[in-house]
Amino acid sequence: MSKHDSKNDKEILLDVRHLKKYYPITGGIFGRTVGHVKAVDDISFTIRRGETFGLVGESGSGKSTTGKTILRLTPKTEGEIIYKGVDLDSLSKQELREYRPSMQFIFQNPYHSLNPRQRIGDAIGEALLDHGMATPAEIREKVLEVLSLCGLSSYHYDRFPHEFSGGQRQRIGIARAIILNPDFVIADEPVSALDVSIQAQIINLLSDLQEERGLTYLFISHDLSVVEHVSDRIGVMYLGSLVEMATRDELFAQPLHPYTKALLSAVPIPDPTLKRERIVLTGDIPSPADPPTGCKFHTRCPYVTPHCRMEVPAYRDVGGGHYVACHII
Amino acid sequence: MSNTLVEFKHVHTHFDTDEGIFKAVNDVSFRIKEGETVGVIGESGCGKSVTALSLMQLVTAPGKINDGEIWFDGRNLLGLTRDQMRQLRGHEIGMIFQEPMSSLNPVLTVGEQIVEPLQEHLLLTKKEAWAKAVEWIKKVGIPRPEKIAKSYPHELSGGMLQRIMIAIALCCNPKLLIADEPTTALDVTIQAQVLDLLRQLKGELGMAIMLITHDLGVVAEMADYVVVMYAGQVIEEAPVLELFREPKHPYTQGLLRSKPVMGQRQKRLYSIPGQVPNLAQLGESCHFHERCASCMEICRTKQPPLRTDGDTHKVACWLYEEGFGHEQA
Repeated sequence: MSKHDSKNDKEILLDVRHLKKYYPITGGIFGRTVGHVKAVDDISFTIRRGETFGLVGESGSGKSTTGKTILRLTPKTEGEIIYKGVDLDSLSKQELREYRPSMQFIFQNPYHSLNPRQRIGDAIGEALLDHGMATPAEIREKVLEVLSLCGLSSYHYDRFPHEFSGGQRQRIGIARAIILNPDFVIADEPVSALDVSIQAQIINLLSDLQEERGLTYLFISHDLSVVEHVSDRIGVMYLGSLVEMATRDELFAQPLHPYTKALLSAVPIPDPTLKRERIVLTGDIPSPADPPTGCKFHTRCPYVTPHCRMEVPAYRDVGGGHYVACHII
Repeated sequence: MSNTLVEFKHVHTHFDTDEGIFKAVNDVSFRIKEGETVGVIGESGCGKSVTALSLMQLVTAPGKINDGEIWFDGRNLLGLTRDQMRQLRGHEIGMIFQEPMSSLNPVLTVGEQIVEPLQEHLLLTKKEAWAKAVEWIKKVGIPRPEKIAKSYPHELSGGMLQRIMIAIALCCNPKLLIADEPTTALDVTIQAQVLDLLRQLKGELGMAIMLITHDLGVVAEMADYVVVMYAGQVIEEAPVLELFREPKHPYTQGLLRSKPVMGQRQKRLYSIPGQVPNLAQLGESCHFHERCASCMEICRTKQPPLRTDGDTHKVACWLYEEGFGHEQA
């Protein structure tokens, strides 16, 4: 796929090819596998160094599973994940460990990923020790540096997680991720649990860090306005598949897939004078354990044809790196 | 043009805890007219939900309504007995919450749960009530109502459950619907469906809606009038067009500017510095002064009153008090 992306010749940092992640459904008294939840079902995309790739979709679309699978936090079912030109599958456990510091994860709710009885300075510095990137004597200084970079103060070092507000905890989550000096950070709904005024602070912090350290982000979110703000390129997921992918400007100015169009029109805009044509989709998102045949979106698509019910549409480039999977385009 | 349906008069709801007295609702006054949709906006902890709970008298210990009056349709609710209040709830005042799953009884079918208020308040026979329940399920846009009426909550999706909640809340034809973050837990395409449904039902039934939300987009779309709360107080209120066109309080201005808006991407988001103050340690100052860019001497020592600026626009800020601030730019 990468050979088609001629527009921008920056180095490709991450190349995901035909990634699949199926979770087995077991049934009966012997716990046989009776089916699969196809959480991620054959998706491919690339992320170039220094860019932010946004992944949007509704619940159950597989966006978080994609993130976790890329970092091997959960094993993939099939496909290749090529990071800095190396197939992560070909690495031994030991070799993979060497790659770990360079790929980090920021979670939606950092409170759940912090030990309530560990001082946050220790929690942030822990990974440095683990990876042998600092001696115990150097830790404090390095942690303090990252704390101030993330907008926290030195007196926060000896505090416990419960003493922080939601926004500060997210700063801790970010400090923890960047202290290892990563190249690539996956941020999974990093601002979804935060209030609007705090959300803006964290988004600005993430973009400052990107500028200073040349970070590459995979930004996962259900919030289209946030994704539009942070991303260079955006992929739209529906029931485990990528249905459309394009640059930010192109996707918002000229969405092609009926699902993307509906999704964009459904976002409430804080302007009461605005009159918009809204595409209201009927029905619910089908279960990923039992996805519709053919195009997975056909049960809710306003333009459905008999053909859509039968055949899975090809995911193809319609020009300039704008990918879409739809029969009617 | 229309009569006042609800009037909050200097309501104080405090929570007496070991860490001090949390003034969750601290001298709140505003009105809801018949048939009007009033959006109450603010960030977590600003007291918007506790205001609604105070109206329904569902504040639980250690919370207590310490002072004030809440008038509903000519009666002071704080003077009613528990039985009288119970007659009102679910009959003249309907309510829906953020998590429909946790507001419904898991061991009763959804039909039975719609039947309950119909029998209790409208004194229908079981058979009549069931027929009416099925009619309501159809009315809220769920296909196959007879079958769905016999389903249990766990068999339905979040969007469908919120429709069921709406049916329960509206089946007795209330004068007021309290909707506390009704679409926050829903996906954006489902949110669009539910908001559409609420608008359509409001057109048919003509009830007033007290819409509590943190989402400025939802408010812009649904509300006629907006009340902005911060740290337990109303800091600004105005008709929706006016508020979005010309927000006056620095907090409202900051809130509107810090939300990324689809289609209006900026290089950098505006963000309000700092965080919401601790509700147990509020002094005599303006509660927003530490985060305010226009903070003056008086803001640190004295609270600004909520005063009418122009016809219907009310704001609590020293900038708009004669002899203190500059006249607005």
